[in-house]
Amino acid sequence: MGYRLKMKLWRGDKSGGELKDYEVDVSEGEVVLDAIHRVQAEQAGDLAVRWNCKAGKCGSCSAEINGKPRLMCMCRLSDFEEDETITVTPMRTFPVVRDLVTDVTFNYEKAAELPSFSPPPRDADGKRRMAQVDVERGQEFRKCIECFLCQNVCHVVRDHEDNKPAFAGPRFFIRYAELDMHPLDTNDRRELAQGAAGIGMCNITKCCTEVCPEGIKITDNAIIPMKERVVDKKYDPLVWLGSKIGIRNKDTESRVPAKQGKAGHIKRPAH
Amino acid sequence: MSASEQGGMERHQYDVIVVGAGGAGLRAAIAAHDAGAKTAVVCKSLLGKAHTVMAEGGIAAAMGNRWPEDNWEVHFRDTMRGGKMLNNWRMAQLHAQEAPERVQELEDWGALFDRTEDGLISQRDFGGHKYARLAHVGDRTGLEMIRTLQQRTVELGIDVFMECTVTDLFKDESGAISGAFGYWRETGRFIQFDAPAVILATGGIGKSFKVTSNSWEYTGDGHALAMRAGAALINMEFVQFHPTGMVWPPSVKGLLVTESVRGDGGILKNSEGKRFMFDYIPEFFKSETADTEEEADAWYEDKKNNRRPPELLPRDEVARAINSEIKAGRGSPHGGIFLDIASRRTPEFIKKRLPSMYHQFKELADVDITAEPMEIGPTCHYVMGGVEVDADTQESAVPGLYAVGECSGGMHGSNRLGGNSLGDLLVFGKLAGEHAAKKVSGLGANRPAVAPDDVAAAATSAVAPFEVEGGENPYAIQHDLQQAMNDLVGIIREGAELEQALADIEALKERAKQMVVEGHRQYNPGWHLALDLRNMLIVSESIAKAALAREESRGGHTRNDFPKTDHEVWGKKNLVVTLNDSGDGVQLSEKPLPVMPDELKKYFEES
Ligand SMILES: Cc1cc2nc3c(=O)[nH]c(=O)nc-3n(C[C@H](O)[C@H](O)[C@H](O)COP(=O)(O)OP(=O)(O)OC[C@H]3O[C@@H](n4cnc5c(N)ncnc54)[C@H](O)[C@@H]3O)c2cc1C
Ligand code: SF4
Ligand code: SF4
Ligand code: FES
Repeated sequence: MGYRLKMKLWRGDKSGGELKDYEVDVSEGEVVLDAIHRVQAEQAGDLAVRWNCKAGKCGSCSAEINGKPRLMCMCRLSDFEEDETITVTPMRTFPVVRDLVTDVTFNYEKAAELPSFSPPPRDADGKRRMAQVDVERGQEFRKCIECFLCQNVCHVVRDHEDNKPAFAGPRFFIRYAELDMHPLDTNDRRELAQGAAGIGMCNITKCCTEVCPEGIKITDNAIIPMKERVVDKKYDPLVWLGSKIGIRNKDTESRVPAKQGKAGHIKRPAH
Repeated sequence: MSASEQGGMERHQYDVIVVGAGGAGLRAAIAAHDAGAKTAVVCKSLLGKAHTVMAEGGIAAAMGNRWPEDNWEVHFRDTMRGGKMLNNWRMAQLHAQEAPERVQELEDWGALFDRTEDGLISQRDFGGHKYARLAHVGDRTGLEMIRTLQQRTVELGIDVFMECTVTDLFKDESGAISGAFGYWRETGRFIQFDAPAVILATGGIGKSFKVTSNSWEYTGDGHALAMRAGAALINMEFVQFHPTGMVWPPSVKGLLVTESVRGDGGILKNSEGKRFMFDYIPEFFKSETADTEEEADAWYEDKKNNRRPPELLPRDEVARAINSEIKAGRGSPHGGIFLDIASRRTPEFIKKRLPSMYHQFKELADVDITAEPMEIGPTCHYVMGGVEVDADTQESAVPGLYAVGECSGGMHGSNRLGGNSLGDLLVFGKLAGEHAAKKVSGLGANRPAVAPDDVAAAATSAVAPFEVEGGENPYAIQHDLQQAMNDLVGIIREGAELEQALADIEALKERAKQMVVEGHRQYNPGWHLALDLRNMLIVSESIAKAALAREESRGGHTRNDFPKTDHEVWGKKNLVVTLNDSGDGVQLSEKPLPVMPDELKKYFEES
């Protein structure tokens, strides 16, 4: 079923750019990333694109395909008509480096600010015990491949650059939730989630959940419970979600307030 | 910025530079940092995207959570037998002894492994391991491991230079490591590191083969850097072809299908519906492998009274069997064979245990693995060969140069068992980091210096592809190399074909001298490939040369013309590859295997 695909690819850098037309032979079962690689190998050796696993596992190849945030390696050409032109542009929320590659440092800085895991000592035999049902909540969030598509699509930062310093974004709300729901964690992260991470700015539009290639229920399973937790702490520190989900009962007794981490160790080139 | 312009060279000083941010690199960096060294990690991709993220099945560690009779001795024995006794015994021993604590440490740092009924870390079955031994998280164990190490690295405040490629190592007059040279992929600008210890953790070489489970990063950079710095590579003829890669559609050909499918009950069938692995049980493993389907199936529940299914033989055995079935005309429609779990386990079980395989087949091949068999075939997966290091310190022959993870050699002998790589990364990453830090603190103010001339030479060499006019596109050369390696140095080898491969590589080396790249230095994949290709070529030559010399079949090296395993001659030595005197090719030598002490020999006596 080979055919000739028409593509428009954004070419340029931070000083500006434009959509350029390409035509390339494609065949059965191929994905958008295959077509782009063929353009690169045959017509534009310097076309910049990030990728690693080509299997939806590493989260490197995020872009906007016909305006929709997707992984290029998991976007099959058969999702489109053969005569349809496929337009690929870089993620809009992050500064362009070149062509389809954006500068996602923002996300790494936010990650560094997050307070880390803080466990109690191990059991007497040197092992730790947790029930499968208890780890599963956190495991959902740890499926995250850090493609940053949710960060890209969230309107709080997509349309408002000035919100970036005060807003960690959905990828990191799930990290807050994951640590908060960790059966062994001893920290209390609610103040940070509200203050430094700005979870209050989220108005639950669910756009992040819609684009997540891992199908993580970012809003329902992480953001809303975290918001409830923050409120609980504010108005009634003794009640915690744990009583609903049965992980831990006396939350405040065993937890100490978490400290924010320090960014600045992810090095990027000088410009 | 024009191609030749040198402007804006950055310079940084560290105690320890770790090249690579996979499991091995990150674990090494954490250890070096914990030992007090000022440490930085440098990696080609973004943090968290290294190959380790793709690992699926699990981490082998004899924790005994499912089978209390499991212990390091059994794991050690399995590892040595899986590697057909060519492993560095000391590395295999250290690995088996220390892996359990390294896994539990991940849990201290926030990893969430699947649990047993008692709440302990769950362990699953894998080929070549006597007991269920692989700590896992569904079939995305590598993601859990790299994220945990990444988060730990960030928490400790270790500097990470991401999307920064190292192209050269520096030494002082005495021959000791003094630093490294690289470029920022984003800007194309150069960067110099001054450091008396460099730990290579660059992963494998699989991108030199056409059908592979490996990504663009696997160009053997660490192998080549080490060789150019004067270190040796061992066991390069041993390349692991994983038995189960996807075969269709063409765009995903080679993509890995985890061994967990078989560990969790999946079986292999040919086009006649026959479960053919029973026909391929080698003498070496007869006593521990089931010879009837009944016994094989009973083993999953009762390991004491039954022997392992032949589908769970070590990978080299299974890959060769699949290859023979396909060659004999009993393959599947797209040139593979069938891997069936649908008829053996419930859809719920499959989705729970193998979620990413379910997803991968559904999205990329329109196949529902809970309802129909998968089509699979061998794919280039892992290189056993790598930098020759001291088993206890991970230091190479070059003072201050260390190697860990897939780019180091010895641990896995002629064939790696599944799950033993992730364990290897953790165990030896930690040792390398500690020893590098110790070495540096012993130096005091006496640090090897980088010579300015060497820096200038490194810069000139890096921009050379921009200077050529009318030359060839690097993508075309890479394509031809991948084809040659696949066809001539693949899963089944032959003297004449290997000679042909060496001739082809020579020709490709000539073509590569005339390589040209278009555009400028900012995020230019054509340029990046041109630089990586040099490494691919020298590593490919190492593999082909060693494969031609080893006139026997063993583990990940099968010779049609020498089908037997020759314990008398080839079971006693390693092939060692170094750069030749003119620096434009490689040379071979032989080295006796390190001798295993008697107290360890006893584990192999009865078989
Ligand atoms: C699909 C798949 C599944 C697997 N499943 C399993 C499994 O279940 N169990 C198991 O034990 N093993 C498994 N393996 C093998 C295992 O994942 C790898 O061997 C292991 O992750 C390699 O780790 P590493 O730290 O050595 O290198 P990697 O994780 O590959 O990291 C290499 C690092 O080096 C960097 N680098 C390379 N060259 C340069 C350079 N020139 N300059 C700067 N940086 C550089 C890269 O950017 C990267 O950060 C699997 C492999 C694959 C491909
Ligand atoms: S739900 Fe909240 S975090 Fe998600 S996209 Fe909407 S505003 Fe952003
Ligand atoms: S939560 Fe989903 S969309 Fe967001 S970074 Fe993770 S995988 Fe990507
Ligand atoms: S290349 Fe890894 S997710 Fe697309």
